[in-house]
Amino acid sequence: MAVSRFAERSTIEGRMAGFMAHLRLNGIPAGLGETETALRAMQAIEPLDPDELRLALSSICATDADRKHRFDDLFRAYWLSDRRVRHESRPTGRDRQNRRAVRTSNIRAQESAAGSSGTPDAPDDGRDGEADTGGKGRMVAARIETLRKTDLRHLVTPGDIAAAERVALQLARAIRDRRSRRRKAARRGAQLDLRRIARHSVAHGGEPIELFRRRRPDRPVRLSVILDVSGSMMVYARVFLAFVRGLVGADLNTEAYLLHTRLIRVTGAMREGETLKSVGRLSLMSAGIGGGTKIGENLKTFCSQYARHGVNSRSVVIILSDGYDTGDPALVGEALARLRKRGCRILWLNPLKGWAGYEPVARGMAAAMPHLDLFASANTLDGLAALEPELARL
Amino acid sequence: MNTPASWTELKAALDGLGYVASDDLSMALHLAITLGKPLLLEGAAGVGKTQIAKTLSELFATKLIRLQCYEGLDASSAIYEWNYQRQLLAIRAASESGEAGNVEERIFSETYLMARPLLDAIRQETPPVLLIDEVDRADEEFEAYLLEILAEFQISIPELGTITARSRPHVILTSNGTRDLSDALRRRCLYAYVEYPDRKTELAILHKRQPGLAARLAEQIVGVVQALRKEELEKTPGVAEMLDWAAALSGLGINDLTDDPEAIQASLVCLLKTQADRAAIPLEVQERLVGKAA
Repeated sequence: MAVSRFAERSTIEGRMAGFMAHLRLNGIPAGLGETETALRAMQAIEPLDPDELRLALSSICATDADRKHRFDDLFRAYWLSDRRVRHESRPTGRDRQNRRAVRTSNIRAQESAAGSSGTPDAPDDGRDGEADTGGKGRMVAARIETLRKTDLRHLVTPGDIAAAERVALQLARAIRDRRSRRRKAARRGAQLDLRRIARHSVAHGGEPIELFRRRRPDRPVRLSVILDVSGSMMVYARVFLAFVRGLVGADLNTEAYLLHTRLIRVTGAMREGETLKSVGRLSLMSAGIGGGTKIGENLKTFCSQYARHGVNSRSVVIILSDGYDTGDPALVGEALARLRKRGCRILWLNPLKGWAGYEPVARGMAAAMPHLDLFASANTLDGLAALEPELARL
Repeated sequence: MNTPASWTELKAALDGLGYVASDDLSMALHLAITLGKPLLLEGAAGVGKTQIAKTLSELFATKLIRLQCYEGLDASSAIYEWNYQRQLLAIRAASESGEAGNVEERIFSETYLMARPLLDAIRQETPPVLLIDEVDRADEEFEAYLLEILAEFQISIPELGTITARSRPHVILTSNGTRDLSDALRRRCLYAYVEYPDRKTELAILHKRQPGLAARLAEQIVGVVQALRKEELEKTPGVAEMLDWAAALSGLGINDLTDDPEAIQASLVCLLKTQADRAAIPLEVQERLVGKAA
């Protein structure tokens, strides 16, 4: 049975705080607020009965279905471990990466990882303490990562950029044009704003002379673009990079990510005003471009790290990929289903779909199909431009 | 009725009112009541999330105030709104009778205030049960309003000042999980996940709601519904559907599910709510399920 590192604390407050730390270490956010609630709750129950305590703490700390499933084991490990103490805790690579990304800003975490790729062990930045001393990080687990730095200057020429950006701007507009269901005060609008009319009519003895109106304001859609830059996608990288740059340039809320064996957020680099500078920054981050793909794993990372803040029911996630996955294809379906739960719409643009007789048989692609709002071909700029009416309909 | 002293008492009390609650749910509910925290319930549609609020209000003999969430729900339909038509009339009347002096003060008084569910809930003398139903359907702005109210139990109205709760309502939020709720909201609430009941619990529920039903028929009904939940369906039948079906069967005068397969097949409209699900359970499958349950 798993045991905990915090069993040596002795007062009940200390034990409870230790339990919260134990939960945090295992990916369930629990802090001072929860500790206080838990201590108050103990007065309302029979705290010496482990079952009652488990039920009570679970309703306080495990605040979604997934955490609920894991809670019982964590509870047993902490409270029913006969105070056995484990001095070394080896969290899984997944937890580690999540915590690392929370501690530093995401982009820096990813960049530092990019800089260290290929070293046999994860960099120990000295801040993680004992929890981080053992095991290999997930970031270095990718054996097929290419170490070569691809020079993107050879992939993108100014002429391509101009054409691709034009198309991207059009598409971005087609997707973004959404109107809110709420109403806001406005000079011209379909509905009368009775609240303001009543207030201002006081000055005129109840005569509603000034009419105020309300309308539905624009509520732009947020875009997240994930571009697959693995080896199989290299022939398209030229046009797609320009395309993504166009999308990012169209709107300040758009986020861009590159995906190969890792997921890298490249919004900042894409937004660089000068083309050459942008390309330069990209090639600095591009270690691994042209290697294998781990679509499922990376989409999961996207869900758990970036999507939490950036993706909601007003978002559209665009994935540009051919669906060839060197990881577990079942993960792709899982990750997309999870992403879908955030209420966003998911478009998958697959360059191969433009080929005659193409069927989505790549296992990653097949797993993704049920979760997509739109699956379209994207092997040429014209093909992308033709998407506009379909995107406007979504 | 007084507040039950422990969670087992609460469970028994709910049982007496016809609601069979799991240990998980009873404990979460008990803590929510004693600690005065909101309770967030998640689970599939039709597992009795809304019903628990109704039962609770029955138990405390207090008012149930319900706020149904939908996309675009805003403050004026959830918290309060001024009665503009009456205000305009009052201004006209005041100016005609020549007493225009304090008209502004008058029309922004409580008489002209229309309380929507949230304001209504915090103005009650006895703590009501406030049910915020399907909170995942409302958008994120509304979640922010909710956070403020759930934390302070007070509402500020610019024209009138701050209204503080006279009594703390028992707040129950439900969500079907169509959208992830923000962590901020989750952390302010206690949480319980309501699952489909197991066979024994479901039998108990059916017995509570339809005491007249023959024991054998009840077992068959629950058996078929439990088996149906294991089939690949678009919309899994919940407890509410099961109760509807039981009521329909007793209305049809059916005493044994194996008697009249055609009629049973027709009555499945109570359980299967989409065309695809109807097609997925043809007569043969239905007979097989009934045969297993019998």
